[in-house]
Amino acid sequence: MIVHGQTVEKHAFEAATGWAIKPEGACKAETCIPLPFATDTEHLPAVALANAMNLPLVEEPRMNVLAIGPDSLGGRAISSAKAPDLCLPDLDGTLHRLSDFLGQKMIVYAWAPY
Amino acid sequence: MWRALRDEVHHLGVELITVGLDSLGASGCRAAIEAAAPTHPALIDTHHEVARLFGVVNIPQSIWIDEQGMIVRGVTSAPPPPVADPSTPGGPPPDLPARMMDILGEAAHIESDPATYHAALKNWITHGADSPYALSASEVINRSGPQSTERALGHAHFELACEAVVRDQKAIAVKHFQAAHRLVPNSWTYRRQAWSLETVAAAGPFERFWQGPHPDRPEQWPYAGDWLTDIRAEGPANYYQPWED
Repeated sequence: MIVHGQTVEKHAFEAATGWAIKPEGACKAETCIPLPFATDTEHLPAVALANAMNLPLVEEPRMNVLAIGPDSLGGRAISSAKAPDLCLPDLDGTLHRLSDFLGQKMIVYAWAPY
Repeated sequence: MWRALRDEVHHLGVELITVGLDSLGASGCRAAIEAAAPTHPALIDTHHEVARLFGVVNIPQSIWIDEQGMIVRGVTSAPPPPVADPSTPGGPPPDLPARMMDILGEAAHIESDPATYHAALKNWITHGADSPYALSASEVINRSGPQSTERALGHAHFELACEAVVRDQKAIAVKHFQAAHRLVPNSWTYRRQAWSLETVAAAGPFERFWQGPHPDRPEQWPYAGDWLTDIRAEGPANYYQPWED
């Protein structure tokens, strides 16, 4: 996920990665990773978070942006069959979340104009 | 094509959600979406989040998700629905540049099996969890493709490259695209996204499909591969993963 500046918003991180930030640390399924900073705040230190969770981090100082990559636990592209709550805009900029469509079957179809 | 399928199955409790992968965002996807006049949500994924989150490595690919939000069939090649009454193809337009003719020649050997995919899809729509094509959680994870620290790092580089495209920082984008290609070597979308941004005027209306060096200035091409070289190296028959029961 893209992080602007040095802090990441907690709810954005949770939505983008599927990890939940709890008092005991970053948790997904049965795994909890302790975090070496206070988590009762909306803004988390991005570099410390990525380092504690062993997530890949690439900094691009020329844009004051960094990117945090996914975890590689289990060695498979996805580590849980629970669908992440993908949140993306349509042409008008209206955001849609996969969780908006719970209760229906969903076919997510990836295409590209090139 | 997909709109017709969606309108056919929506009353059965199914929603189609299309995700256009393009770092050019709405401006890149608009023409195709407006032409399709979708009745379903047509989303735009500027940073290819579906690659990081689901493991998408080519297009078109689909993910099936049940009513409870569980993936029952992860990333799978999803050919368009079979056409019942195919009209006679018109053939390529005259005066096509040689590279485009070569691309069409290779593309003709790409293999896909729309009938099998769509029969399985309709079976799942009808039978849900009782369908043999709805996989268990462990099978969904097992089949989801490889992950490693190198690939995870590649996803981060790719998202940075897309962010650089958004900010019109061409040189920064190329650097991170190159890293992503090296670290996630089986992703066609990561390669095609980068190649499609290197526009070659000679391609005319096929600008974004040229995806390779300028014929007169090949030394300026910034990437290790290009569409024609890579499809020939990997074999067009291997371009899409075959359906797996």
